[in-house]
Amino acid sequence: MNPRIVRVTYLALVLLAVLVVATTYWQTWAAAGLADRQDNSVQRVAQLAIDRGLIFSFVPRTRLARNIEREVDGRTLYFRRYPQRGLTAHVVGYSTVERSRTGLERSLNDYLTGASGNLSSVLDRTLDELRGRPVRGNDVVTTLDLEAQRVAYEQLGTRCGAVFAFDPRTGKVKVMASSPTFDPNLVETDFAAISRITADCTPAAPLINRASDGLYVPGSTFKVITAAAALESGKFEPTSTFVDPGYCTVYGKRVNNFDTTRPFGTITLETALVYSVNSVFCNIGLELGAKAILRQARRFGFYERPPLETPADERSPSGLYRDGKLWTPARDSDVDAGRMAFGQERMLVTAEQMAMVAGAMGVRGRLVEPHVVDRIVAPNGDVVRRSRPTLVRRAVSAETAAAIARMMRLAVERGTGTAARIPGWSVGGKTGTGETGVPGVNTTWFIAFASRDEETPAELAIAVVLERQSGTGGTTAAPIARAVMEAILRDTENP
Amino acid sequence: MTARGRELVGIVLAGLIAGAALASVAIAREAHAAPEVAAYGVLFFALYVAAHVVVRRAAPFADGGLLPLAAVLTAFGVTFNYRLDADDGARQALWVVIGVGVLAFVLVALRHDYRVLESYRYLFGVSAIVLLLLPSVPGLGERVNGVRLWVSAGPLQFQPGELAKICLVVFLAGYLREKRESVASGRLKDVGPLLAIWGAAMLVIVQTNDLGSALLVFGIFLAMLYVATGRALWVGLGLGLFLAGAVVLYEAIGRVRERVTIWLEPWTDEKVYCALNGQLEYRQDCGSYQLVKSLYSIANGGFGGTGIGRGTFTSPDGGELIPYLRTDFIYSAIAQEVGLIGAAALLLCSMLFVVRGMRIALAAEDGFSKLLAAGLTFGFALQTFIIVGGVLRVVPLTGITLPFVSYGGTSVVANFVALALLLLVSSRANVPR
Repeated sequence: MNPRIVRVTYLALVLLAVLVVATTYWQTWAAAGLADRQDNSVQRVAQLAIDRGLIFSFVPRTRLARNIEREVDGRTLYFRRYPQRGLTAHVVGYSTVERSRTGLERSLNDYLTGASGNLSSVLDRTLDELRGRPVRGNDVVTTLDLEAQRVAYEQLGTRCGAVFAFDPRTGKVKVMASSPTFDPNLVETDFAAISRITADCTPAAPLINRASDGLYVPGSTFKVITAAAALESGKFEPTSTFVDPGYCTVYGKRVNNFDTTRPFGTITLETALVYSVNSVFCNIGLELGAKAILRQARRFGFYERPPLETPADERSPSGLYRDGKLWTPARDSDVDAGRMAFGQERMLVTAEQMAMVAGAMGVRGRLVEPHVVDRIVAPNGDVVRRSRPTLVRRAVSAETAAAIARMMRLAVERGTGTAARIPGWSVGGKTGTGETGVPGVNTTWFIAFASRDEETPAELAIAVVLERQSGTGGTTAAPIARAVMEAILRDTENP
Repeated sequence: MTARGRELVGIVLAGLIAGAALASVAIAREAHAAPEVAAYGVLFFALYVAAHVVVRRAAPFADGGLLPLAAVLTAFGVTFNYRLDADDGARQALWVVIGVGVLAFVLVALRHDYRVLESYRYLFGVSAIVLLLLPSVPGLGERVNGVRLWVSAGPLQFQPGELAKICLVVFLAGYLREKRESVASGRLKDVGPLLAIWGAAMLVIVQTNDLGSALLVFGIFLAMLYVATGRALWVGLGLGLFLAGAVVLYEAIGRVRERVTIWLEPWTDEKVYCALNGQLEYRQDCGSYQLVKSLYSIANGGFGGTGIGRGTFTSPDGGELIPYLRTDFIYSAIAQEVGLIGAAALLLCSMLFVVRGMRIALAAEDGFSKLLAAGLTFGFALQTFIIVGGVLRVVPLTGITLPFVSYGGTSVVANFVALALLLLVSSRANVPR
């Protein structure tokens, strides 16, 4: 019997050894993945013992998230409070016991709890742990301009929509506002109050970050991309002329201008962008084909999640959507290029993406990655991480960018975007009115950049989007863009 | 050094481990080591020294490693039960005292020749089946978490499955010793009782939903059948039968299906039908809630653990984060607080226990003793594998206890009975001649 007993012994030992391997797997290999899971209440509660890092706005230096201490069973626990309430709710997010985390609270959790940092801060943390002292997390300084953020919310009022503004030279995000907003302090104590929030749209969905996650019909703002594709193709120039009959024929069907009663007759590409003439862009689209335009859109960042430090699932890629999913057409004939060229035809975009487009035009075609975290500071004062300007790629040539920037400036000077003029600044912009299919209920847009004069690179780029509007982008979104830009530029001049 | 000397040294080490662990709990809770904790430590040490003295008398030549290893495992059990709930810890300690008492009783009662058990083998066989099916008797059985594991008689509750395991091993050791040739040749008359065991295991699943016990009983049966007959074909056939039965039951019993689904896919990205409240939920918030939370507990321990007494098991308002922590999921509590190092040490102790137990089987002279020792030891290993493997998502989770560690009186007592039998077999095999 003995050889068989030996074999059974091996079997028993293998079974137990499997357990050692499995334990190792969960405690080392899989641990990070489990820690990231939203329903990991064990880790969330365990991290309440950490004096979580604070989150600040850039100007003025104000606390966006702080801690209150409470003694529970002889241990000091730290609970999160958000003094600015709804003002930065979507970027900062929340960190609760019961309802997981969102925003920077989620994506920067390792920094805020001190698990990530430089060598000396991690060492300090380990020593604190061994001594039984509360661990201090790293503080996060965002790039947000709190006053401008407030202006954005005042301007948005009860309307649903978003404002995204950043410095296209450096990528620093100044304003990221999503309306309606919510008070993150209530997430744990009174979630019912948040689900009762109403706004001019239903469902109000206050928890969604509309600035980077809200997908909207771009309307005429997309003409900027079509114009860029046209100039880059070499087939067109700003002075190329078109005959505008007031409509364009696609697949035998008429596509009308916004105002069909007054056709423009013979006009240039430049004038067509300044006055947002649909038929011209429709014909350019038919000439270039959908794939060429999409190729240009990709160079602006379409079909990728817009870069930012917030969690990936709080950002959506812009592009063509079919059945709720991002979709790449295989052939030119799959898409109505004429309608896509002026921003209809299943094209959906985010405010962040459109601000990136406007910004690239203002800085000679360079697409710079937006970032909302300026730096992360360890408890001992060491800067653990500092954001630097990151070039994604050159989206268009400097000549194309300059030509389109000129058209956008003219649009603000005397075209559709006159409501965004700011004395002392050179603003270039593009309006958009995206049809949702219901007459009188449109998605309105304004995207713009602002520079000191026509020669210097833009210091600010902005995108404003509003849901369910009866007016046009020029009358509804452009004034908001102006107010927010003024607020930011004021702070830039008197820091 | 003699076996008894090694045993005493081992018990001193186990006592130190228990004392240090209990002191950690007290320090984490009160910021200082309360004097009564020191008393507990001394009491724990004294208890095992007493057991040592009894072994010295009743089984003088027994292996010296088993008792200290059992002491370490019970030290883990008492410490963690105490850490999770002071009252339960005290109760568990009391059960260990009773367990050691039962150990002493079995040692003394069977000190002359434990092989008398062989003549009662059919009685043990019948008892095993009766005990297994007891929880499904109306009015006796009690349903906990959808599984009938418990029998209550007035204020007393016990889990008969634990005792059934030992009865079964004794029966099989006796029966297979006697009939191994005829079973090996496949005489239908002698195979009959073995088919009955397969039937009983299946019936257990149907009647009580207790997958774990059925798997354990059947696994022990196959291992002993292999040791006795050496017929791999029989084992393969048995495994095939069990799998066939399991597949049929998978189709027929929703609970079995649910367990497997939870095992294969504990997390869902989309909401699925939740049988617990009849609504659409993420599976991690519904059926696999316990498993997932227990994995989070293990992961939170990391390499070095949070430290004994410093783990996270409750929310700030005192709510439980991980259900059934003290029974089914004690391993996930241990893994969090002592980390990979400590959990691996615990498993290493189990492995050493298996090695010592199997050495006894190798050294024993007669077939009954060999089968008895091998069966008990394999049962210990398989039981550890089924419950810890379930917690670690290696196999579908079934609610059985971790030997010597989980909270529960029957389990502790049954494991001490098994330990006593191993010591007796070992002592007889090592008698100097």
